Amino acid sequence: MGEYAIEFQDVHLSFGTQKVLDGISFGVYPGETKIVMGGSGTGKSTVLKLVLGLLKPDSGRIFVDNEDITDFSESQLTVMRQKIGMVFQEGALFDSLSVYENVGYRLFERGADEEEIEETVRRMLRFVNLEDAINKMPAELSGGMRRRVGIARALVGNPKIILYDEPTAGLDPPTARTICELAIKLRDLEGVSSLFVTHRIQDALTLADHHATIGDNGEVVIVKNPRGQTETATTFLMLRHGKVLLEGDADTFWNSTDPYIRTFLELD
Amino acid sequence: MNLFLLLLVELQEATLLVWRAVRHPFRRPLYWRETVVQMDTIGFGTLPIVLLAGFFIGAVLALQTAGTLRSFGAQNYTGRLVATSLLRELGPVLTCILLAGRSGSGIAAELGAMCVSEQIDAMRALGTDPFRKLVRPRLIALMTMAPILTIFANVIGIVGGLVVAITFLQIPSSVYLASAREALNYDDLWGMFLKTGVFGLIVAIVGCRCGLRTRGGTVGVGQSTTTSVVVSIVLILVSDFFLTRLILTLSGTA
Ligand SMILES: Nc1ncnc2c1ncn2[C@@H]1O[C@H](COP(=O)(O)OP(=O)(O)O)[C@@H](O)[C@H]1O
Ligand SMILES: [Mg+2]
Repeated sequence: MGEYAIEFQDVHLSFGTQKVLDGISFGVYPGETKIVMGGSGTGKSTVLKLVLGLLKPDSGRIFVDNEDITDFSESQLTVMRQKIGMVFQEGALFDSLSVYENVGYRLFERGADEEEIEETVRRMLRFVNLEDAINKMPAELSGGMRRRVGIARALVGNPKIILYDEPTAGLDPPTARTICELAIKLRDLEGVSSLFVTHRIQDALTLADHHATIGDNGEVVIVKNPRGQTETATTFLMLRHGKVLLEGDADTFWNSTDPYIRTFLELD
Repeated sequence: MNLFLLLLVELQEATLLVWRAVRHPFRRPLYWRETVVQMDTIGFGTLPIVLLAGFFIGAVLALQTAGTLRSFGAQNYTGRLVATSLLRELGPVLTCILLAGRSGSGIAAELGAMCVSEQIDAMRALGTDPFRKLVRPRLIALMTMAPILTIFANVIGIVGGLVVAITFLQIPSSVYLASAREALNYDDLWGMFLKTGVFGLIVAIVGCRCGLRTRGGTVGVGQSTTTSVVVSIVLILVSDFFLTRLILTLSGTA
């Protein structure tokens, strides 16, 4: 440890008799986005919940921002969670609250004043390009809009770490692409560290092959990396049967000879 | 043996739930708004049905007992019998069963839906303790609303009995009311508060616990809701027996 933003050391976790994680170790460097892949039910969401301390491992250690959070109390975890933004699978917006109240949730809980909340919420919604939806209720939003509101909510408080749980699942390709571009912007311009859970190979391609820069007129542009040069800030983690099947950069991943990974990449 | 173990685990979980809801009573935020909203939905939401049920229970009590009392030449005691029955048993039990059916189930369904859509996890991820934000307001609301609603049920029940006494039984209202007033005594009153407090607690704990342990999507939410109603009603009836025994012992009438 010492240099990672998130680190798992030999983490085991079972639900009853079902062994979900069977000795998982990996690390995410600051500023790095690690794409977590694996079949349904391999424990990808479980990994994210362990980072947040929503679940406790049976054994092993978990470090977040160089702190060993494994034995943290609930109040210590509450403080630690301020560093983390989580984008849940279906958005997990609070049904009874408007978009405004959802995005500003952290600030409302803290008792911030109305002006600060309004200003922050608008800024976050502008980032995900949804400022018009500020007064809507979650039930009025489409799937893609819900995820984007979920991202805006996760960004309040400028967390250094962002966890994405299948943010693109069930979305049409252009909307999925928009969400990946948000993740690219956060990675390259804000320097956040991320775990990005997905099972869409297209997301992996988008994240690994593009980077965000500031254009000539001060606007943000997403550009494709030159041929043969992969973005080192994106790495891969493949889970299978509760173990890490592969961890490494994009090239290691694409050139893997493992038959399971090759079917996953639709290479065979 | 397995069932016994399961029961113990549930008991432990329920105790833990209450503990996590009530500890740090003054740590901010205090969630007053949530508490008031819960009191409002639970109190005013259940009031109409409590009034309706209370009225007819009082009426039918008068109708049923007057015949028996008359054969002893004691039909002037109808008011007292109705009032005592309501105050000691029917008011608290009936009101809280209605609370379990209407509010307990609603709590289980709401928290259950929040659970399966990961809203509870999201809440924790955003630094809120769901036990303080969700469980505590419901606990407070049910424990305060159960006695208040019971008082409403008792009063309207006595009115129901009065209506029957005047129209069907030819008992003068002054006689009925004077007799009903005799039923009011200190022991029955604190007994009623004790019972309704405990029943309110039962409905709140069972509703919250069932909701928060929901798994398995929308089907799970339905199951949690049903379970919460059944378990609350059984627990209310069982604990009513033991509470009655306790109250009778303490008030020296046993
Ligand atoms: N709270 C829980 N209780 C029991 N089993 C669970 C719980 N959460 C997840 N599981 C099980 O753990 C496995 C991994 O779940 P999850 O991490 O959600 O998988 P993924 O996100 O990779 O699809 C699944 O088989 C699931 O049934
Ligand atoms: Mg998942």
